[in-house]
Amino acid sequence: MILEWSHSARLALEVMVNMLINVPETVVADALRGIAAAHPSLTVDVDNRVVVRRDAPVAGQVALVSGGGSGHEPLHAGFVGPGMLSAACPGEVFTSPVPDQMVRAAAAVDGGSGVLFVVKNYTGDVLNFDMAAELAEDEGVSVAKVLVDDDVAVTDSLYTAGRRGTGATLFVEKIAGAAAAEGQPLERVEAIARQVNGSSRSFGVALTACSTPAKGGPTFELPPGELELGVGIHGEPGRERRAMMTSREIADYAVHVVLEDLRPSSPVLLLVNGMGATPLLELYGFNAEVHRVLAERGVPVARTLVGNYVTSLDMAGCSVTLCQADEELLRLWDAPVNTPALRWGC
Amino acid sequence: MLDAAFMRRWMSATAAAVDREASRLTDLDSAIGDADHGANLQRGFRAVTAVLDKEAPDTPGAVLALAGRQLISTVGGASGPLYGTLLRRTGKALGEAAEVSREQLAEALGAGVTAVAQLGGAAAGDKTMLDALLPAVEALGESFAAAAEAAGGGALATVPLIARKGRASYLGERSVGHQDPGATSSALLIGALAEAAA
Repeated sequence: MILEWSHSARLALEVMVNMLINVPETVVADALRGIAAAHPSLTVDVDNRVVVRRDAPVAGQVALVSGGGSGHEPLHAGFVGPGMLSAACPGEVFTSPVPDQMVRAAAAVDGGSGVLFVVKNYTGDVLNFDMAAELAEDEGVSVAKVLVDDDVAVTDSLYTAGRRGTGATLFVEKIAGAAAAEGQPLERVEAIARQVNGSSRSFGVALTACSTPAKGGPTFELPPGELELGVGIHGEPGRERRAMMTSREIADYAVHVVLEDLRPSSPVLLLVNGMGATPLLELYGFNAEVHRVLAERGVPVARTLVGNYVTSLDMAGCSVTLCQADEELLRLWDAPVNTPALRWGC
Repeated sequence: MLDAAFMRRWMSATAAAVDREASRLTDLDSAIGDADHGANLQRGFRAVTAVLDKEAPDTPGAVLALAGRQLISTVGGASGPLYGTLLRRTGKALGEAAEVSREQLAEALGAGVTAVAQLGGAAAGDKTMLDALLPAVEALGESFAAAAEAAGGGALATVPLIARKGRASYLGERSVGHQDPGATSSALLIGALAEAAA
């Protein structure tokens, strides 16, 4: 069994892809220098890997800190700014940040109203943010945490690490960020963040594998003519492989799986998210199919966002996230936001 | 008896083993995880040898505690807190003695492994690093070589298991047939311990 596996792994290793990098070791630092050069509204500490909105700390506002492995851009650094995150902590590619980063970020953004950590539910992220929360509390910062776990592809049972955090992260960060910008207290911002997560479900599909800089090639094998259903955002294989499907068939499948788990009683926010390498032309076509299925299923769509927001390096594919939105969530979604990757109303 | 120099040899030997096996760890991780285990541990243990050279702690416990803190601060992912906690808690359990016996190390390592199990919420048979570490702790009472052999055997024995913790658990039954990367790196750690003693 091991011999057989090693053979296929060697075959996979031979496939290398061209990357726009210098050396794998400096990919994250190089990108942070580029983010600093592009966005004067952000303070970027390249050495300590913390991205902070320039006007932080903002007195009278809860601060939102998120972070996670790199490779999902624009998540999270692209969502730092008024109306969304106060700071982001990028880890190595697909590796959660270390506690030191979140402690530093919390200290930089706490304006006295406390800090909410937005944590995607992966073992590493949870462990590192837990350690950071303890250390930040020791330094006198009030910290609350919200876990994002919206991916219906994973069975949430005692026998898994639980559902993964994917597209709903954007909804949580935007809506809780708007609540914080209104001056709502930490308990309320945390409760809203939990409500958004609890009201959101996602399902993702990969049309290709993705290639990490460290590996230089695809992290799993997905031959042309096949797709992987139920993938996460780390190039981890999904739950089922099938022969390639049309955009219409993928929309039918993905929306069906999401609606098995979420039965919206009010209009939904819809995120049609690209994994990184799928053209917007295809994503918009897919969005039309998703709207068609939702209409057939009697689910009204209140707002739609289409684009590459929670990506997986150079993976081709998409995910669908629905969030059941009451009037307050909708109002907070529409509130002004001014970040590198999401900007309206300002 | 085992002194601070012994523990530093252990950490150096681990760093060398991780360097040697980094691409294998990454390959194992790409089959059932996210293909970064080799690179992450390489970065961590290089930082460990660097900080030990710089600060030169003078007791076995202080060496391991510092190594653990350094892993927590440099690795990230799940392996940073888990390996960091393993070494930090083992170091703390050794106290401030200038020298410790193999039996004392076995007992302290047992405390470290218990802390890892608590932090990760995992148990034997979940296809994690514990499947290499638990048998190693037991065999360390006998000899260093026996511990290394037990850890290696434990890592191999993860092949038919279904992953129940960490990223591999998302695959459910599709994780069967692959050796767990964390158990494999744990076997490297214990193998390096036997090297340091040889």
